[in-house]
Amino acid sequence: MSWETFLWTTASVALTLFTFSFLYRDNPFYKFSESLFVGISAGYFVIILWYTGLVPTLFDRIWVGQPWWQIWGGKWWYLIPGILGLMMWFRFSKKKSWISRYPIAFYLGIATGAAIPLEMQNRVNRQLADTLVAPNFSAGWVAGISDVIIILGVVCGLFYFFFSVAHKGTFGGVAKAGIYILMIGFGASFGYTVMGRISLFIERVQSIRDWVEMGFEGGGGMTAVVWISVLIVLLLIMMEIMRHMRNKATEEAA
Amino acid sequence: MKIKIIALMAMLLLLASVGWGQEEAAIDSTVQEVIPPGPPLNLKAFDKPYDNGHAIDLTWDLSVDDGAGRNNIIEYRLMRADSPEGPFVERKKLEMGKTEAEDKGVKEPDDPNYFPREHDFYYKVVAVTADAEAESEVVGPVRGIGQWYNAGKNPVAVAVVLFTVFTIYFIFKAKKGAELYIRPLAGIDAVDEAIGRATEMGKPILYVLGLGTAADIATIASFTILSRVAQKVAEYQTSLIVPCYDPIVMTIAQETVKASYYSAGRPDAYNQDSVFFVTNQQFAYVGGVNGIMLRDRPATNFYLGKFYAESLIMAETGAVAGSIQIAGTDEVTQIPFFVVACDYTLIGEELYAASAYLGREPVLLGTLKAQDYAKALVIICCIIGFIAASFGWTWFVEQFHVGN
Repeated sequence: MSWETFLWTTASVALTLFTFSFLYRDNPFYKFSESLFVGISAGYFVIILWYTGLVPTLFDRIWVGQPWWQIWGGKWWYLIPGILGLMMWFRFSKKKSWISRYPIAFYLGIATGAAIPLEMQNRVNRQLADTLVAPNFSAGWVAGISDVIIILGVVCGLFYFFFSVAHKGTFGGVAKAGIYILMIGFGASFGYTVMGRISLFIERVQSIRDWVEMGFEGGGGMTAVVWISVLIVLLLIMMEIMRHMRNKATEEAA
Repeated sequence: MKIKIIALMAMLLLLASVGWGQEEAAIDSTVQEVIPPGPPLNLKAFDKPYDNGHAIDLTWDLSVDDGAGRNNIIEYRLMRADSPEGPFVERKKLEMGKTEAEDKGVKEPDDPNYFPREHDFYYKVVAVTADAEAESEVVGPVRGIGQWYNAGKNPVAVAVVLFTVFTIYFIFKAKKGAELYIRPLAGIDAVDEAIGRATEMGKPILYVLGLGTAADIATIASFTILSRVAQKVAEYQTSLIVPCYDPIVMTIAQETVKASYYSAGRPDAYNQDSVFFVTNQQFAYVGGVNGIMLRDRPATNFYLGKFYAESLIMAETGAVAGSIQIAGTDEVTQIPFFVVACDYTLIGEELYAASAYLGREPVLLGTLKAQDYAKALVIICCIIGFIAASFGWTWFVEQFHVGN
């Protein structure tokens, strides 16, 4: 195993531990990993946007392998969104910043207009069509009862999201049943997702274990790096305990 | 000696006869007849209805050896050509048992999967076994033609028109001054209380718009609530922090906050840097927002918009930092995390209701009322549809099915 691989793995483990240190409290190590992550991702985003957004969907379409001053061979109409994009730069001018509102209005108008039929189709029509099924008792009474519970759950849930009527009396009872059904669903979803998060945590812990094994198998300098890292972590923990005890003593004295 | 020679010759003869027999068997195996499977029958190709003209639908009857007969069909291959003579190009492989396929391409001529509109094509389907193939008859010409109107989406059109009618009616009603009742929501009532708390504590308010784009309905609803929060913040002279994930969302949030400060009569107090871009990477964004929570210790955190896996990380950090937290999202999988970690949670559509409730504008109130009436209609349809489906009256249920 090369030193290069080992050092990169060491950096990965160090950053993992720096991030986990947040579980205790905010500290310079967490700040370092946070700033590194935010900075790198922001820079990465700019490059990704350039190479997967602007170049293929704007420049390559306007200038199809031609000099930059020749736009008539390409799809010149792509200049319109390009100009709209440039108008956003007027935000940096105090007097002309109003110009940037036009592309925003354009974007919001199109986005909202496109969203309405899509939302109606996916969240109303399709869900309704899939909900309206006959109870399938032929597949067993559990399946049949499940179908009945689904339709009852949908109706009760809709009652809960009815805002024009106060939740009192019979209406309130049905709405309450609706929120109970929602909470059962949320509970199931919560448990399912938590299991996923635990898997992620296990994966991180395994990567630390692999790094330790890698260090010991590498021998010599690599083993020394592992031991030095462990000593640094222990030293930091001891310093933190001492600082905590000092603060406590100061508080008691005060 | 003689006997030995005879025995040797007999052995040689025996060996020769065995070898010859094997050779004969080998010849037999090479000339074993390969029986082709039955070809797919009744192949039909037609323009895909209600599309942009870049697809053809095909149907056929199964080969007699698919699921019956010798039952040795492995797959079908869909072949296409520009003329009945070919050359045919394979477009798709299909599992055994399939009797329909869609040959769909894209409209960009420079794309390898380009499918020209109004161009004559010829098709055949090949039934494939382990050692043989059988072709259907060639059908064509058939051409993809684009349609202006997708009748498969009629149910959506009807729903949108109905909802629009409701909306317009209630907006006019609200504009005329009719009192439109909206039941109180705990999460909404807590908004003013949370802003007041931040003012008393002299600490900032953190407003997170989530990971959605400006096109997401949840983000749009969040802008309305941000407007109201920013107005109150301007009135109370508290500070506001709005870290953004999306540059466009940031720009709109800046405009929204600025407008609120102007309407509160405090344009001088507006600080454009209070609404800023962090990064467009999910967990880096979470890291940045968590850092803000622990360093600036905001008195109140709002998480309103579209959230994904970061919801619990942020809400948990906010709880550790001791902030009052109000959350709302229409992302069903994330609501449980907000429910457990926040003081108030707006569940799903309550987020949209909150924007109307806080805004109190006729347009928003009318829209909310229209939503309620649409929901009432859906409840009625659910009940009728369930009864109809139970009795096998499928006509009613089919009216809600949306085509592609």
